Amino acid sequence: MDASVPRDDSLVTITDLTREFSSGDGFMKPRRTMRAVNDVSLDVPRGKVTGVVGESGCGKSTLARLVLRLLEATEGKVIFDGKDLATQSQSEMRKLRRQMQMVFQDPYSAIDPRYTIRRALLEPFKVQGEAKTAAEGKATVDELISMVGLSPRMMDSFPHQLSGGQKQRVGIARALALRPSFLVLDEPTASLDVSIQAQIIDLLESLKEELGLTYLFISHDLSLVRYFCDRVVVMYLGRVMEILPGAETQPRHHYAHALLDSNFEPDPTRRKIVTMLGGEIPSPFAKIPGCAFVARCPAASDICKRERPPLTRLGDGHMIACHNPMD
Amino acid sequence: MALLSVQGISVSIGALNPLEGITFDIDKGEILGLVGESGSGKSLTAMCVMGLLPRIGGSITKGSIVFDGRDLIGLPEIELRRLRGKRIALISQNPMTSLDPIIRIGAQIDQVSNLHLGLSAEAAKARSLELIAQLRIPEPAAIHRAYPHQLSGGMKQRIVIAMALAADPDLIVADEPTTALDVTIQAQIIQIMVELVRDRGLALMLITHDMGVVAQACDRVVVLYAGRVAEMNGIGEIFAEPKHPYTRELIRCIPRFGQAPGSLKGIPGTVPSIVDYPDGCRFNPRCSNAQALCRDQAPALEPKSSGLAACHFSEV
Repeated sequence: MDASVPRDDSLVTITDLTREFSSGDGFMKPRRTMRAVNDVSLDVPRGKVTGVVGESGCGKSTLARLVLRLLEATEGKVIFDGKDLATQSQSEMRKLRRQMQMVFQDPYSAIDPRYTIRRALLEPFKVQGEAKTAAEGKATVDELISMVGLSPRMMDSFPHQLSGGQKQRVGIARALALRPSFLVLDEPTASLDVSIQAQIIDLLESLKEELGLTYLFISHDLSLVRYFCDRVVVMYLGRVMEILPGAETQPRHHYAHALLDSNFEPDPTRRKIVTMLGGEIPSPFAKIPGCAFVARCPAASDICKRERPPLTRLGDGHMIACHNPMD
Repeated sequence: MALLSVQGISVSIGALNPLEGITFDIDKGEILGLVGESGSGKSLTAMCVMGLLPRIGGSITKGSIVFDGRDLIGLPEIELRRLRGKRIALISQNPMTSLDPIIRIGAQIDQVSNLHLGLSAEAAKARSLELIAQLRIPEPAAIHRAYPHQLSGGMKQRIVIAMALAADPDLIVADEPTTALDVTIQAQIIQIMVELVRDRGLALMLITHDMGVVAQACDRVVVLYAGRVAEMNGIGEIFAEPKHPYTRELIRCIPRFGQAPGSLKGIPGTVPSIVDYPDGCRFNPRCSNAQALCRDQAPALEPKSSGLAACHFSEV
């Protein structure tokens, strides 16, 4: 498959990645397994923003954790900068983690509430066993704090004294502390007000330019993803449905189209009649032999029920997993 | 005369004054959007209209809320109870605050029309089944027998909407009814709700932080900021020529299709905390056009070339 061929310009290459979770102990409750991420292949080009979008349960957050090896994959590979993550020892992994960091949705749960901002920002160095003198520590924290647009006065504040947007700035500063080249942003603005969301996106955009970062941006918000990302990966029930090379590309997968159609634009002159998708997102435990979207798809045919459509190439960077794509 | 007219209400809870001079009205057949960021007082305004403020220890210190010719403030609880559910219905963000987990869905909807319309058990059931079908839920009979935990979040929210409609209310207050749902489900529920409200000529007060939902559904909009009304205007005017700088900035914060990279800018600063409201106009520390007057004096909510806005230097 095209998407799995490692290219020179890709920082991360994901090949046939699968992660299973099981529930029930097999004693009183039957053991059931679900595939949160189901045979996903894609690459993350260097210096670009790759967006992963989908509704709850589509596996986007599990994918984020697999990419950083915060979770172990059941099958498949993640190659980061030429290194297969699964074969790295713990100490090698720790070194590699300087390169790859994550920004979480809820910055409050990512920072110890008893730590001052200064201590929170110095913690990554401690974890890496990097000793800093008081002066070095202060210089580092000063630099990080101004990089994310916070005032140095806040250094000795505790997380509860900051607003949501300020906390997320601390979350970003901490992710940047070790000078990574790759950031996974897991819904970094989902819990923020729109005026603050726009501030944070603005900040992430300029940091990317300044520091030459590569982003994997996880979100459920399609209009934000289309604005912010160079490539958009649409997921549904653990699988990649479509990869769009740019925001202007019209989706041709029926699910990607429905997702786009559900997005209300902030313009009252462009009201629309939404196409009603029948049914609900199936249970993640359901074993679906064909296409994951078959039960709700208006163009489903027999083959869709029987065979899972492979991710195939439509055009330059445009990939789709559909037996009957839209025109 | 408007169905609901809220005039200059101020609210205090203990030492705090979370709302000040809230003014708006809704006519029959109208969908009014109430928008604002967190802490702006949207939900609290809904509680005032529902007469639920005393439950959280708050009280209305000023102003009036006139519903169908009657002032709701000071109305005895027993009278309010007759209005709530029967003439004014509430749809809240989390459907489980409205549903009892151990009672079948059907019984919960039946109960509303039984209590408020005096329908017999059979008539109430027939009505519930019809409502469930109108909300485009497949297999109404099976759903009628189901328990809440057997339904998805989107289905539960549709059931809550069916319950709100069951007593044929005049006004529905919907507090972020689709915020907890996925986008495809949100789009469907907004569409169905708007259709039903329009068909029946009901008034809907739609509370949301999502300007996309507002643009899609509302006729008029009230924009709240830090416990005060910033602007009230028609839907076209709000988006085309907002009268308050906050409204303009808020709309600019939403990424649009085809927008150039790097052009999305937030509003500087943060929403002020209730214990630390600035003097004068509460938006002044974040406003690019703030003058000395804005720091000294709170602007009154006044008629502009369209709608009402509270700004000393309102844009035309």
